Amino acid sequence: MTTTAPVLVLLDHTPDGALRGPVREVVTLARELAGNAGVLGVWAADAELGADVLADLGALGVTRVHRLVADADTHLSAVLAEALEQALAAAGAGLLLTVSSFENKEAAARVALATGAGVVTDADGLEVVDGRYVASKTVFAGTWNTRCAVTAPVAVVTVKANAVQASPAAAPVATEVVDLAVTVSAVARRVTLVERVERPASGRPDLGSAHVVVAGGRGTEGDFSPVEDLADALGAAVGATRVATDEGWIGHDAQIGQTGVTISPRLYVGAGVSGAVHHRGGMQASGTIVAVNSDPDAPIFEIADFGVVGDLFTVLPQAAAELRRLKG
Amino acid sequence: MPRVRIVVCVKHVPDIQSERALGPDRRVVRDGGDGTLNELDENALEAALSIAEARDDAEVVVLTVGPDDAVDAVRKGLQMGADEAVHVVDDAIAGSDVIGTARVLAAAVQHVGDVDLVVTGMAGLDGLTSLLPTALAQLLDLPALPLAAELTVDGGTVRVRRNLDHATEVLEASLPALVSVTDQANEPRYPNFKGIMAARKKQVTTLTLADLGVDASTVGAAGARTEVVDAAARPPRENRVLLTDEGDAGLRLAAYLVEQKLV
Ligand SMILES: Cc1cc2nc3c(=O)[nH]c(=O)nc-3n(C[C@H](O)[C@H](O)[C@H](O)COP(=O)(O)OP(=O)(O)OC[C@H]3O[C@@H](n4cnc5c(N)ncnc54)[C@H](O)[C@@H]3O)c2cc1C
Ligand SMILES: Nc1ncnc2c1ncn2[C@@H]1O[C@H](COP(=O)(O)O)[C@@H](O)[C@H]1O
Repeated sequence: MTTTAPVLVLLDHTPDGALRGPVREVVTLARELAGNAGVLGVWAADAELGADVLADLGALGVTRVHRLVADADTHLSAVLAEALEQALAAAGAGLLLTVSSFENKEAAARVALATGAGVVTDADGLEVVDGRYVASKTVFAGTWNTRCAVTAPVAVVTVKANAVQASPAAAPVATEVVDLAVTVSAVARRVTLVERVERPASGRPDLGSAHVVVAGGRGTEGDFSPVEDLADALGAAVGATRVATDEGWIGHDAQIGQTGVTISPRLYVGAGVSGAVHHRGGMQASGTIVAVNSDPDAPIFEIADFGVVGDLFTVLPQAAAELRRLKG
Repeated sequence: MPRVRIVVCVKHVPDIQSERALGPDRRVVRDGGDGTLNELDENALEAALSIAEARDDAEVVVLTVGPDDAVDAVRKGLQMGADEAVHVVDDAIAGSDVIGTARVLAAAVQHVGDVDLVVTGMAGLDGLTSLLPTALAQLLDLPALPLAAELTVDGGTVRVRRNLDHATEVLEASLPALVSVTDQANEPRYPNFKGIMAARKKQVTTLTLADLGVDASTVGAAGARTEVVDAAARPPRENRVLLTDEGDAGLRLAAYLVEQKLV
């Protein structure tokens, strides 16, 4: 079933105006839900909306982009929320979709309060059932599957990366760009963004949205080279446990878990990771879980699809070399 | 220095080390006796207490909204060193979504009165939505500085450093304000013997929706804008393989990944 009101998607982008990976997945989901009602995008004008991005959006089926020209920094959640409220009204949309990130959830909470919308975070699926949006999501560290219906007329849903596969529309459309001048309230300006430093790209896929992730824990004893080597053989992102980030073996942004990044890649490989509940909270919803650990009693084996009791310093390099050989 | 009044919001949640479940009513089972103070709210308490200790005249009020058992969460806060505790309990709150909970907390913060700083944890380990802090700030009309990995209060200014997926930010606002703190912000203290003894003499104020003047139809299941329609434990993973390395585990792992079409 599809909906009758347009669906609006927040088009997260990098400072130089490239779409963030999962946005294309969310647009694909929006298109499936919207049917003839149309998929519209919102673009914060802190970066230029280039012709290549517009062509990409057209291929994905986005008919119109509301370009937010706000008189305050849209990185501030209160500012972004007010801008999104105006975009929702301008678009006549009944659903706002965003990628699940801490920043977007901050704005989602505000938009929901201001518009009377129901909000669901971290959805891994969304459908229309009897005229209501019903989101699926896992809870309790990936151990329960739930479905949650929005009972209000407007819905705000944040969608996890890798929930759907991005795909082009049957036929590309011409994407119209409409400027939306946004004047935010004095209240929204009361926080000052003193500094914002973008993290430099690592050259590997982004951890939060990667299809494959290789994570290292205390068992690496600070030597992440086997983890990085296997990651590169798989084209994967590198992640870590909090022990590894606290030790300074790798940056804090690599922390997977309840208080770090939540991931659900198609494939997760944990090496020298015990599988503490705090870590599992961020990765247990992964498609396939592989564990390499020298302790046969490590809890991660309880959730692993493929477990190897062994030394990561021999198993990982062997696997990486074999994968490279098979690829030729 | 002028007196500061800090409210810390803490939640009573099922222990993450226990077997957590949703009941036949599709709500979180909260009465299995496995409840505990949300671990991440210990960081909120620690942040509030250390700010208070740096002042001559500061007061920390620990606040929870939840069923009878939730009083344990504010008691732990008193043991850690909070001065006062407020527990809002009312049958009509059951089934609240985040907006409903935020409404009740906002009314309770207003009831406490003259609040300079509201401190929350980064997330409740039951729902992990992280929606509440910003929603609460919006209802209280306070500037929000969420996800503080570092937090300083200097005179009437609060400054926060936060680590996001793609960037690091520094936010600043004047008091009154709301902050949420992450587990990076500090190392929570354990209640000591003195704290535990002192907490016995401290009062927990119990309030109902009527005491707060909150319309019961705007909270609880009645006011919720979302409804869980299905819940089931995830079926166990099938066809699991566990092997011990005998020199070829790396090769077998590579073969498995190829066979599963994961490369
Ligand atoms: C409030 C709070 C929040 C937290 N949030 C997070 C979070 O978000 N993410 C997170 O990850 N943690 C988090 N933690 C920490 C968590 O509780 C665990 O301490 C942590 O995940 C353990 O990391 P680890 O698996 O690397 O280390 P350990 O538990 O020490 O496990 C190391 C494993 O490596 C194995 N090993 C050793 N040598 C080798 C070898 N040569 N080859 C193969 N295996 C080997 C060992 O058998 C062991 O199983 C949090 C903790 C708290 C209190
Ligand atoms: N029922 C509650 N009572 C008091 N504080 C709460 C409650 N629910 C959430 N909080 C606070 O809000 C934070 C974030 O929760 P959440 O948005 O539910 O993940 C928690 O760490 C608590 O500080």
